[in-house]
Amino acid sequence: MARRTRHSNLLFDGSDWNFATLSRTYEAIREVALEDLRLDTYPNQMEIISSEQMLDAYSSIGMPLMYRHWSFGKHFLQEQHLYRKGRRGLAYELVINSNPCITYLMEENTMAMQALVTAHASFGHNHFFKNNYLFQQWTDASAILNYMEFAKSYIARCEEKHGVSEVESILDAAHALMEQAVFRYRRPPRLSSAQERERLRDRLDYEERIFSDLWRTLPQRKDGERNDEDEREAQERKKALNLPEENLLYFLEKNSLILEPWQREILRIVRIVAQYFYPQRQTKVMNEGCATFVHYTIMNALFDAGRISEGAMLEILQSHSNVVFQPGFDDPRFSSFNPYALGFAMMQDIQRICTEPTSEDRDWFPDIAGNGDWRETLLGAWANHRDESFILQYLSPALIRKLRLFVLSDDAAQPHYQVASIHDERGYAKIRATLAHNYDIGTQQPNIQVADVDLLGNRHLRLQHMVHDGVVLTEESRDATLRHIRRLWGYDVTLVGIDEGGSQVYEAAA
Amino acid sequence: MPNFIDRRLNPKDKSLGNRQRFLSRAREELKRVINDRVKTGKIADMDGEQSVPVPVKGTGEPSFRHAESSGKREHVLPGNKDFIPGDRLAKGGGGEGGGAGTGSPGFGDAEDDFRFVLSREEVLDLFFEDLELPDMVKLDLKEVVAYKPRRAGFATSGSPTNINVGRTMRNSYGRRLALRRPKQEELDDIEAEIAGLAAYPGPTAETLLRLAALREELEKLQRRRRLVAYVDPVDIRFNRFDRQPVPNANAVMFCLMDVSSSMGEREKDLAKRFFVLLHLFLKRRYERIDTVFIRHTHEAQEVDEETFFYSTQSGGTVVSTALEQMRRIIDQRYPSGRWNIYAAQASDGDNAATDSEYCVDFLNDELMRLCQYFAYVEIIDERESDIFRSPDHGTALWHAYREVSQVWPNFQMARIAKPGDIYPVFKRLFAKQPASPARS
Repeated sequence: MARRTRHSNLLFDGSDWNFATLSRTYEAIREVALEDLRLDTYPNQMEIISSEQMLDAYSSIGMPLMYRHWSFGKHFLQEQHLYRKGRRGLAYELVINSNPCITYLMEENTMAMQALVTAHASFGHNHFFKNNYLFQQWTDASAILNYMEFAKSYIARCEEKHGVSEVESILDAAHALMEQAVFRYRRPPRLSSAQERERLRDRLDYEERIFSDLWRTLPQRKDGERNDEDEREAQERKKALNLPEENLLYFLEKNSLILEPWQREILRIVRIVAQYFYPQRQTKVMNEGCATFVHYTIMNALFDAGRISEGAMLEILQSHSNVVFQPGFDDPRFSSFNPYALGFAMMQDIQRICTEPTSEDRDWFPDIAGNGDWRETLLGAWANHRDESFILQYLSPALIRKLRLFVLSDDAAQPHYQVASIHDERGYAKIRATLAHNYDIGTQQPNIQVADVDLLGNRHLRLQHMVHDGVVLTEESRDATLRHIRRLWGYDVTLVGIDEGGSQVYEAAA
Repeated sequence: MPNFIDRRLNPKDKSLGNRQRFLSRAREELKRVINDRVKTGKIADMDGEQSVPVPVKGTGEPSFRHAESSGKREHVLPGNKDFIPGDRLAKGGGGEGGGAGTGSPGFGDAEDDFRFVLSREEVLDLFFEDLELPDMVKLDLKEVVAYKPRRAGFATSGSPTNINVGRTMRNSYGRRLALRRPKQEELDDIEAEIAGLAAYPGPTAETLLRLAALREELEKLQRRRRLVAYVDPVDIRFNRFDRQPVPNANAVMFCLMDVSSSMGEREKDLAKRFFVLLHLFLKRRYERIDTVFIRHTHEAQEVDEETFFYSTQSGGTVVSTALEQMRRIIDQRYPSGRWNIYAAQASDGDNAATDSEYCVDFLNDELMRLCQYFAYVEIIDERESDIFRSPDHGTALWHAYREVSQVWPNFQMARIAKPGDIYPVFKRLFAKQPASPARS
């Protein structure tokens, strides 16, 4: 107590934490976040967990509730293996896009780390989840936990009823198509678990109502008698199928002729989970950049106000600089761009452009340079962009020079790489566009669509892969995935690669 | 106001179900791999190795992915030092570092390297999963494990009869030294001095003072002696005994093999493989089992495992000698009332002309009454395997043993022509049998 009265302004002292200091620190951080940075967040729920529970959370793709599947167990074993061998540390926190926003704090963290993590996750990420347009449009934070609860119990019930291996084979196939299970352009309907259950019951009721053993005994109709009608029906059905369709799982769920109602429901669950995570994958750089910028700003504000001791601040800064470390391309530690580093650098750069612009910045960013209100500018950027558009709009020549970016073109046909652009007058625009392009998930993932299906004939499902720049698919994985599709579809499946000129590059069948 | 929830006390193994699912999925795959390995004839290696790394094929998670080595793409990389547009870098060279190969983020293939390392025990477990020695009735009944006390260090508690005096006194002595317990001699000295002083009739003031001091000293020492006991309960140590299970080997397996000159290298090798498999199986599955190795030429002898498998002998072939030897050993050491007796015989089917008849009689009259199970494997030439497809054809010994197998349901026979045959035959001979009449 004596120490505390001497440094009455400090939020905490030493590295141990308890719920009183956590709570006091949270309040101080909240004050800065809401009043200074003008963040707008969901209510927070902080959960203290042990390292083992963190591993659990890791392996179920970060959801607190998840249905059971062996692949999560595999990820658990892999993570555990790496962790035990000391090859990989665990994250300090994990945050879930839900309302209230759930943040997991590791019990091993020191108090300084808990403060950092609170600012990073409970305010940075939380604000981003609540305000970014992608999350607003595509996910429903208040419903996701309820939905996952429904999904978990539904799949558990299916396992009881139909056997674990039956359910597993459907999930295996669905997981293989997860990347192709999102609507990229169309907005999915809102989900609510109550409606979901209602719908499910209706569907089952309907199935039961229309079941009649008599259908089996209907005589075969005679050839030619109703040809015109068949033709018309075919047209109508093709139109109803809404082809081409990019969401393969959606297509299979709605149109596969061999699936039972419960199997369709499982496809739907996997599809909804994929859709829920889709915005996160499009905003890695922004999301982490936003959270890192927020924690950096808040921690500095608290330090300036004398509320964090120098020792704690040093620890925070050390951890911060580890997080935003970006090795150069020739560094053995280099693997790819660190989204934390790129995002944080861009946020800081925007702040600089708003407050201390150079004449170059005025040329490149006439609308924001020197407007002085970096807070509003950043809030606007966080709300209205995804990685691709954000980089395309805000990556400045100054930052390109600072990071010494260059474009390397890689043509599989050539025995060498070629440096296409570097950080000079001629290269800025090209580097910016290329980097933005590389963060466009739509081009980084194969563009595969359902092209045609002959429902009245042999029910052959034809998929089309739009090949860009000659980039084809990994064959082994492709064929295995096609076999999964075949399992869900029940009839022949072909995948055709079509290049920009419309000519066929390859054809694969299962 | 934040909502803090302490989840640390929540049940920990949230993903236990997932882990078990993964392991059982991998198990099927591992079993397939191991069975493949056995079929291709590497069983002898399996015993030596401590671990077998196995690629897990059935647990891949396929998806549509871009192939890294196709088409044109452009990477943006940080940290340019002296490149200018138009520079060329050789692929796969050192100048590139780990750069462009991993340029597009998130497309690593690290998962494909996932491998399991299985211990030898686990491998054998998987291997023998479906196998079981038939008709273990008597063994089941007698599966009472006897315990024998065995010295296992010291304990601070126990029954008085187990006090270890030496250890106890050692502790006591150490404690007395450490706590400075006054010795009897010191007390005696002081008492003597007091007695001496008190004996003087006219005590001076000095002697009185000295007496008082001595008496005080004496009392202090006596009190200390009372406080610091000679043997304190904390000193006492008891001998500790563990109850150790005594292996109750009441099943015995006889391995009979023909090592005569008529058995060529190939035949010997196949027979050895069969027994290696058998031996691994026994060691793994039934810890409480005796194994007797009998090899024979024109005469039989009991040998140890090493000799049985790895030493050779030349001579003629008289199968009955091995059977007689087995009978002798049973009489001497394994009375059939208390032991389950199993036998496996490997031979190339050659036998002295008149001996086969005698073998049949001997088996029928003597051995089969004692044996729970008798397996006969005949090593034949690969070219012969077509000729001998029907069980009706075969060598002299085969024909003779056919008679035995018709009489005794617990006599099984099979032929092995190549390493790949061993495992199926082994499996058939020792397959889990549906509840046999003897069990009920």
